[in-house]
Amino acid sequence: MPPPRTRGKGLRHRLAELRGPETQAKALDARALAALAANPGCRRRAILDGAGVNKAALASALGSPSVFGQSQFAFVRGNAFEAKVKADGGTELLRLAHEKLDRGAEPPAEARVPDLTAQGPEGRTGRTELALREAAAEPGVWTLLDHPMLALDVAGSPAFLEPDAVVVHPDGSWTVVEIKSFPMLDGAADPAKVGAAARQAAVYVLALERVAERLDPPPRVRHRVLLVCPKDFSNLPTASAVDVRKQRAVTARQLARLTRIEEIADTLPEGICFSPELPAEQLEQAVEAVPATYAPECLSACELAFHCRDRSRAAGAVTSLGRPVRAELGGLTTVGDVLAAARGEAGDPDDPAVAALRRAAALRAEALASAAEREVAGCR
Amino acid sequence: MSLISTLARLEAVDTGRAQPAATVRHRHLSERPLVFVPLITAGEAGAPLGALVGTDRDAPRLLVVPQPRDRELRFAFLADLADVVLPYVDGFADAVEAAERSETDPETGKRVKVEVELCADAPQLIVPSRAGVDLVRLLGRSMRFRRTAEQDPETPFPAPPRVPLLGRWLTHFGERARVPGSCLLLAMTDVLGRHWATGQSTLEDQHLGALLAWIDPPEGRSGAEAAQEAELARDDDGQLVCPPAGPATDPAFDNKLLAPAIERYDRARTALAAAEDGVEADDRLGALTAAEREIHALVESRTRPTWDAVWRGLDLLRELPEGARVEERWTRDRWSFTSHRDRVAAGEPPQPRRDDAVTAANKLAAREREQARLEAQEALDDPLVMAARRLSGEAFAGEVVDVVMAYSESKRPSPRPLVTVRTDDRPHLGERVKAYRSLGGKPQTAEFVEFAAGPEDGLLVLRIMDKMGRGKEPKPGSVPEKGDRLCFTLFEHEPRGGAKLPDPEETPWTHGGPPGEEPAPEPADPVTEEDVL
Repeated sequence: MPPPRTRGKGLRHRLAELRGPETQAKALDARALAALAANPGCRRRAILDGAGVNKAALASALGSPSVFGQSQFAFVRGNAFEAKVKADGGTELLRLAHEKLDRGAEPPAEARVPDLTAQGPEGRTGRTELALREAAAEPGVWTLLDHPMLALDVAGSPAFLEPDAVVVHPDGSWTVVEIKSFPMLDGAADPAKVGAAARQAAVYVLALERVAERLDPPPRVRHRVLLVCPKDFSNLPTASAVDVRKQRAVTARQLARLTRIEEIADTLPEGICFSPELPAEQLEQAVEAVPATYAPECLSACELAFHCRDRSRAAGAVTSLGRPVRAELGGLTTVGDVLAAARGEAGDPDDPAVAALRRAAALRAEALASAAEREVAGCR
Repeated sequence: MSLISTLARLEAVDTGRAQPAATVRHRHLSERPLVFVPLITAGEAGAPLGALVGTDRDAPRLLVVPQPRDRELRFAFLADLADVVLPYVDGFADAVEAAERSETDPETGKRVKVEVELCADAPQLIVPSRAGVDLVRLLGRSMRFRRTAEQDPETPFPAPPRVPLLGRWLTHFGERARVPGSCLLLAMTDVLGRHWATGQSTLEDQHLGALLAWIDPPEGRSGAEAAQEAELARDDDGQLVCPPAGPATDPAFDNKLLAPAIERYDRARTALAAAEDGVEADDRLGALTAAEREIHALVESRTRPTWDAVWRGLDLLRELPEGARVEERWTRDRWSFTSHRDRVAAGEPPQPRRDDAVTAANKLAAREREQARLEAQEALDDPLVMAARRLSGEAFAGEVVDVVMAYSESKRPSPRPLVTVRTDDRPHLGERVKAYRSLGGKPQTAEFVEFAAGPEDGLLVLRIMDKMGRGKEPKPGSVPEKGDRLCFTLFEHEPRGGAKLPDPEETPWTHGGPPGEEPAPEPADPVTEEDVL
């Protein structure tokens, strides 16, 4: 059942206010969602993404611009590769899908490639759903959906996602296709990049499952996605089936855990706005009003990371040195507290974290002193 | 990360300067390392854009690929690289010393000693960052299966003669770098990060400029400030003042400076090709040279700061005294270098794309063994590393308060003195747990007997087990004396690793052996229109 209309409208209105008048909402993409799911406790990121704030512009306005950018060389190469993979009605792509995922099925000969163009994201989502319905109604053939659009409800606001492709198998099941331009060298690719691709694909799988639920009978969404990469040092496509069950489960859990945007919005004082047009001072106050959970991992995932890092360092938070650091220090969360405890100036000696720190400090001092002694002895 | 290194990081935050994470240098540094600062083209698999390479900090060799998508230009780059790297590597191949190695005699099946050559020194490659190590491996893979015109006259795009050999060497360097504690190929950020704790996270330590800023901040500034500037400061043109150590370039550089320069180069080249007479061609050649020079200048401007940073890092590391057991590990690197030299000289084929099961198992076992060895040796060389082991209960230090002579109960009684040590450490001890101390560089074994009072008092009774000679009376100096300050470890000083794996011929088929007929030589990568390297 849809939520009461007034409330939904209220939230949309509220989010538009947060974004600032006449500012276009920035759609959430799968990459952002995967990053968001990696740090589910960050309320700042949740509300900014939920409201569709352009975080890169916001970061620049705050004076800590983000460093994300794509080289045009990578961009050109990526596009050229994707075009090559999908050329000729997706013949090569479907051949790879058949070979890597569904050898029992008929080889793809006369594949359907429905036209998915429509007005706006809502229109395209509707068009995609229609195409999927039609494919489900007439099974037995391969269907390739080139750049479909899927909607996923994220913490109370819709995100529109655009996978590279979705393949409908002759048995009616669906597969997400992810086309990446990093090479698969001797059958193996950079694990970090494959991991990122798998997390991204998991978001698409979740979104496809929502569509499948609305069909009767619901088609199966395969949990093995097709990752297409250039082979070795060439521009020829090769593919591998990647099992994303784990990433799907993690992402689903994290997305469910995301604090409801509504709740966060309700805690904000009236009149707060994140429009990059505003003066930096005002923006800073606005951003400060929502707590962030900064960790160094944010640097590679969030446009606002440098701003949050400055804040985190200024506050002396130990997490700015990495999450594992925070984990071994018990209840001590600031650099000052930890050092005071280690020097015996503060803290309860019966607290195991404090006791361990003091022992560590003593051992470290002893070792450094003995090394210094040795150096002096060596000079004689 | 141990609590001690965490503490060092927090102190670095507090003082604004990196703090020591080691009191000695745990890696060997060559007198004459080859520094390699490569750049690659974004989006392409290992397509070099340029590099600074050389052994002389004042005169690096600049190599540039003005159009990274052009196969010919890439080959020229790789051939030039081979001209720098191979003479350097070969320079270590001839000076040898005699050494012994035990081998299985093929006739008798017994282990016998054989005289072999061991290179007196080995080459050392230094790249700025861990990504540079990966690139060395990738370049090695891209080159070692290439065919030269001499090997295969039919090959459509023959590689210059020395390129496949360079590929084999880079592959060897890249593989060796996976062995813990090895020093044939080092990433500067890793080595600096091993010896200093900065006030930032290990992720941020991957930035060479920022890391150096913490370790050696400019006069009158804090490491934090200087590091942030190194990371983020941009000039009026929007370019990073301290370019990333690569091999990836900054997208702003690619889009704003490099792409237009490459476009001008392409245009000049097309114009030259279309020239109709000599005079016109001369003019256009001038334009092409100018365009090429521009790209050269751009590549140099992005690599030179990193080049200087790597040498500065070397200066800083050289100030630390070398750890006592570093030389021994370097000898292993020399063995590794010598054996690869021999494989190349014997005309063996390049390393395969994938290791067979027996080779892979051997490599993994070797890496595990070296990891254990490295951990033990670093602790023995460095009180600061030992402190972390003491904190975690794997070692203890203390003063000998009592020595009681005792003997074993066999027919010929041997000395088994009981030593009481007072320590403030909390080692994980149980009955008959073995502890080791270093006696003249060799480990002496002791067994834990009991706590003299309660476990809280820190009075440990240990029975010394060996290294006391054959006589009834222990050799002088082999038994601790009252008042000695000793450090015992619960880990072995010379970890032996698991049982030796059988020879490939003896390996059962379930485990990948014995080898069948001679494996077919690996084919070169197929060349297609789109093939770029």
